[in-house]
Amino acid sequence: MPQAANQQGQFRRIDSIDRPRVLCTVDGESVEALEGDTIMTMLLLRGHDLRRFEFGDERRAGFCLIGVCQDCGVRQTDGTPLRACTTLVEPGMALVTRGAEDA
Amino acid sequence: MPSIVIIGAGPAAVRAAETLVRAGIRPTVIDEAPVSGGQIYRRPPPGIVRDPKKVYGFEAARARRLHRAFDDLREQIDYWPDSVVWSARDRELGVITKSGPRNLVWDRLILATGAMDRVIPFRGWTLPGIYTLGGAQVALKYQACVVGERPVFLGTGPLLYLVAYQYAVAGVKVGAVLDTASARAKRGALFGLVTGGGMFLKGLYYLAWLRAHGIPMISGVRPVCAHAGPEDAVRELEWQDARGSLHRTACDSVAMGFGLRSETQIADLCDIPFTFDMSQRQWMPTQDSHGRAAVEGIYLAGDGAGIKGAAAAELSGERAAHALLHDLGHARSAKNLEALNKRLRRFERFRRALDEKAFKFPIDLAVSADDNLMVCRCEGVTAGELRHAARKLGVTEFNRAKAFTRVGMGRCQGRVCSPAAAEILADTLGVPLEAVGRIRGQAPIKPVPMAAFLHGAAS
Repeated sequence: MPQAANQQGQFRRIDSIDRPRVLCTVDGESVEALEGDTIMTMLLLRGHDLRRFEFGDERRAGFCLIGVCQDCGVRQTDGTPLRACTTLVEPGMALVTRGAEDA
Repeated sequence: MPSIVIIGAGPAAVRAAETLVRAGIRPTVIDEAPVSGGQIYRRPPPGIVRDPKKVYGFEAARARRLHRAFDDLREQIDYWPDSVVWSARDRELGVITKSGPRNLVWDRLILATGAMDRVIPFRGWTLPGIYTLGGAQVALKYQACVVGERPVFLGTGPLLYLVAYQYAVAGVKVGAVLDTASARAKRGALFGLVTGGGMFLKGLYYLAWLRAHGIPMISGVRPVCAHAGPEDAVRELEWQDARGSLHRTACDSVAMGFGLRSETQIADLCDIPFTFDMSQRQWMPTQDSHGRAAVEGIYLAGDGAGIKGAAAAELSGERAAHALLHDLGHARSAKNLEALNKRLRRFERFRRALDEKAFKFPIDLAVSADDNLMVCRCEGVTAGELRHAARKLGVTEFNRAKAFTRVGMGRCQGRVCSPAAAEILADTLGVPLEAVGRIRGQAPIKPVPMAAFLHGAAS
């Protein structure tokens, strides 16, 4: 099965998988998403969380999905913060979900 | 031509825009989403094409009508999608658009800012895999995804059953639907609920469908703890039934919500005075019977002005536009205002039956939070810290609690924690909820890049 349809993480696709593929990089790894996916969808189809909570050990995976709770922040490799639930993937996007403290 | 601005592009905003365009006005419509529809009729992004019947169910025809109405207006409005209003001062809005920051001066402003799920924290609620009901629904509508293969639905309100039904129809195994409202409360609300007509019948259909498919539905539940599995994501929900017995339901996701909370931050920045709404247990911007805010030139519509649902939002959107037109001297709008109010009144009894009887907000659950429970998920503030501030630091009001504990000071600005945090403060102080006030809206009302401040002064 192609990676974009990979079903290993938190989210599952139910249909609409016949879309152009979009290639991104996540924590240095090459990841395939589909056009129209949010960053959150791309990340949670393959994993269970998006970031580390700043004030504790727990990991976070977003909550409201409508751009209100701000719990799904990730970064581009240049440091630009992005809200994963409302930002659509773009070809070549390079994201970081793990900081130095997670190494 | 005066500058007339509508914030939002959900059912209320679309009908407001349509009404203004018909009267020869060209409004500016500012919306955070890339496509119109709001949350309830949210459309998938370009690239994802899905059958509206699958996305909106019974509401497919209504959703399509609304989408078409807005699409037909495109040439007659200035449409700013993908745009966040982050500040409002005097008669000027600060907006971050796709192409950068812009300021916009308004002469008349319609606020149709919508709502989000009202949340009550419980042990484990910040675990990965736990989402709001609205969020779980957005995953389906916007991304053709489910948030898990074995979800549990927890909370209360019509959305609880609707989203559970939508997930079951999408083909996942719903572990349970756990309603904090008692079965007795729902039976007792029956006479009021019947006044909802079609809305009530749809609700009955979802219930019957879920029951027929063997999905456990339990009333009078209290969540106890969400337990994590090997990936640190939720794997089990522990809950208590009405008799006090403990149960554990295996799951890989939880969708939760306890009714909705209006988004009122922009109204607050516009200095509209607020009034406490007992039924909604929230401070709401003050308005007259036609949706005119208590600040001249501002009009309120949709769930952002009081939770009444999507059908009522279309009517209150149209009403706000007619109130505006009336104030501009369109005498004919007076007749429309009365007709719309007559139609809106039909929703009132149904709404009261929902909010005050069938699916009451479980105050006891909010105030029973353990001292070590994290209430504010942005800043990691616990119920114990809130109680300490109230008991020992002389805190008697929400904004003071924010200053002392950082509750509501994080990136969501209290949108998630404030309903429960306010209940805990009021309970600790032994005062009614309204006595602890409301968390003040602060610009920027959503996180914005520094560029907004560096260049924002230029229009």
